[in-house]
Amino acid sequence: MELSGDDIVTQFLKDEGVEYIFGYPGGAVLHIYDALFRQDAVKHILVRHEQGATHAADGYARSTGKPGVVLVTSGPGATNAVTGIATAYLDSIPLVVLTGQVTSAFIGSDAFQEVDSVGITRPCVKHNFLVKDVKDLALTLKKAFHVATTGRPGPVVVDIPKDITDPNIKIPYEYPASIALRSYNPVVEVQSSQVDQAVDALLSAKRPMIYSGGGSVLSNASKELRTFTRQLGYPITQTLMGLGAFPEPDPLNVGMLGMHGTYEANMAMHDCDVLFAVGARFDDRVTGEIDKFCPNAKIIHVDIDPSSVSKNVHVDIPLIGDVKQVLVALSKAITASKRHPDVKALKNWWKQIKEWASKDCLRYDRNSALIKPQFVVEKLYEITGGDAFITSDVGQHQMFAAQFYKFDEPRRWINSGGLGTMGFGLPAAIGTQLGNPDDTVACITGEASIQMCIQELATAFQYSTPVKVVNLNNRYMGMVRQWQEFFYESRYSQSYVEALPDFVKLTEAYGHVGMRIEKPEDVEGALKEAFAMKDRLVFMDFITDQKENVYPMIAAGKGHHEMHERELA
Amino acid sequence: MQHIISLLMENESGALSRVAGLFSARGYNIESLTVAPTEDETLSRMTIVTSGSNEIIEQINKQLDKLIDVVKLIDITANGEHIERELMLIKVQADTSEKREEVKRQADIFHGQILDVTDTTYIIELTGESSKLDGFIKAMNSADILETVRSGATGITRGETCLRL
Repeated sequence: MELSGDDIVTQFLKDEGVEYIFGYPGGAVLHIYDALFRQDAVKHILVRHEQGATHAADGYARSTGKPGVVLVTSGPGATNAVTGIATAYLDSIPLVVLTGQVTSAFIGSDAFQEVDSVGITRPCVKHNFLVKDVKDLALTLKKAFHVATTGRPGPVVVDIPKDITDPNIKIPYEYPASIALRSYNPVVEVQSSQVDQAVDALLSAKRPMIYSGGGSVLSNASKELRTFTRQLGYPITQTLMGLGAFPEPDPLNVGMLGMHGTYEANMAMHDCDVLFAVGARFDDRVTGEIDKFCPNAKIIHVDIDPSSVSKNVHVDIPLIGDVKQVLVALSKAITASKRHPDVKALKNWWKQIKEWASKDCLRYDRNSALIKPQFVVEKLYEITGGDAFITSDVGQHQMFAAQFYKFDEPRRWINSGGLGTMGFGLPAAIGTQLGNPDDTVACITGEASIQMCIQELATAFQYSTPVKVVNLNNRYMGMVRQWQEFFYESRYSQSYVEALPDFVKLTEAYGHVGMRIEKPEDVEGALKEAFAMKDRLVFMDFITDQKENVYPMIAAGKGHHEMHERELA
Repeated sequence: MQHIISLLMENESGALSRVAGLFSARGYNIESLTVAPTEDETLSRMTIVTSGSNEIIEQINKQLDKLIDVVKLIDITANGEHIERELMLIKVQADTSEKREEVKRQADIFHGQILDVTDTTYIIELTGESSKLDGFIKAMNSADILETVRSGATGITRGETCLRL
């Protein structure tokens, strides 16, 4: 079939099975928008800011496992998208971002809305392309989807000059169903010698620990992780990005680790003798002070990206491969070895862990006259039956969500863990809801974060995405305030938000339902009322305790065994 | 320790900036970098001279290998026997017969060639390991050196080990 570049874009997306494209029109992409107008296979979601487009596509990708697709114009369209691209990059989320570019002949002339999009995005993409000939367009798009979704996933930018999509130049089009790149062949299968070494180390452990991260979610290895962990009966901790791959309400799960992880998880990390890290990258928020990290442990590391191994922490036994396949290989090898974990040692180890857990490190004042943010999340968990998709922004509310919503399925917890992007939650919730139209989606946010992409309330109205916004409003940038209290002698420099909008009126102005909740006894009723409104976006503005902090906490320079804990009267 | 890393990459625009960007973004040292097409016009060969601890060098190798445009890579230094060569052109003051004689004598010792002669200057071409070029510069009177230009090191492994597809 003969097609012009603009139709090649839409036809390709259709052939690739793309359901939604999140975008915002502008000069350089007008041909593509005209092509979108002439078809109905790919549904376009019009956002209100390009950052929202990337986050919405990201939420769609995280919750469905399919790549998120974005279309923005050149110049400011592309630069506005950069924050969302970097967000996806740090969390290894597959996105394909199509950016318009000025006509080829104008490139380099400082033309209207010209920016070097390939140059600007280079450090925060898995790869990017500039299309120089319409004959390369379909193949380049295929390469982009291939690179974004295979190996360690990530965002890929395709920069398309306007003349490439000229409706008057038609060329033969055929969907490139498959593709091979000689320079890109991600490793999938693990070496058997490494598997044997890992099995020996695992079964020789006296104080083992499984540390699972976002890679277990991305690799869809939840089932295999459960089988493997239960086969051994070892304690498991998950990172902020890994929550839900292993169910949280499970006796083997000792909770999240790291800066705001549980006491038992962090102490077990510090004291373990064999650490099995899977799909995790030893991020500084997880390790604390590197010199004090797992001082006595032999470290096994499963990762699809060789450059993740021994990057921050020296690894003794690397297992390079897809998490899912490596876990299958390990489970098989453990069974075949006819060896068993050291039952006696394990019993002592669990006894020690239970003792740590008895500290009840997540306790908070349940008799407070003020609404505690933890209480809201606990009630949200109860009322949604624990099976909602929860997106979040960044700060204290994000940590409370991670600590108190007990995820038992992967891809339900959607947050910007790596880049820590405020403004992520609402657009990500819209993308999540579009990808999961029959499920409950809630966005746990704060009054500071939500304002960074509040304009997407209009998008939510246009596409009737009945997201429930849980705004934990303490009038402070809570996490900034907490650090200022702890480390800057309570000098709250610029962290108090003096002029807040009336969120109820604001929400109503966008066509949604708004609620303000000021007393603890009203929390449950408000949540029930909101979640009963199945087809409406409801914005719940919870006026919470201004002084609440996230505990436990590992301060900068401290090890896992040196946590701050809450002191309750 | 200093390492010479050679790589084959897709001969596409932007490939060089991906490598240069990687080094600056991750704070790696880059002592020299050369790049030119190969006998296969779709491929460029790049030689990077870098330095760092063993852990850093391992990361540099992995991060380079991860770039989508990089087809194949070899750490020439870590691979044992290899040949290293760098080209230098150096322009020196030679305005007296004494100086002309001295420059000629040094050039002969270092197996250099005099490429250009004027009333006041000589241009000498030298190839060899980078340390030999350093040696020549040291042997010259620094006040007489007008200009130096060095290609950066390139290298190739000895014997049957090859960097090819």
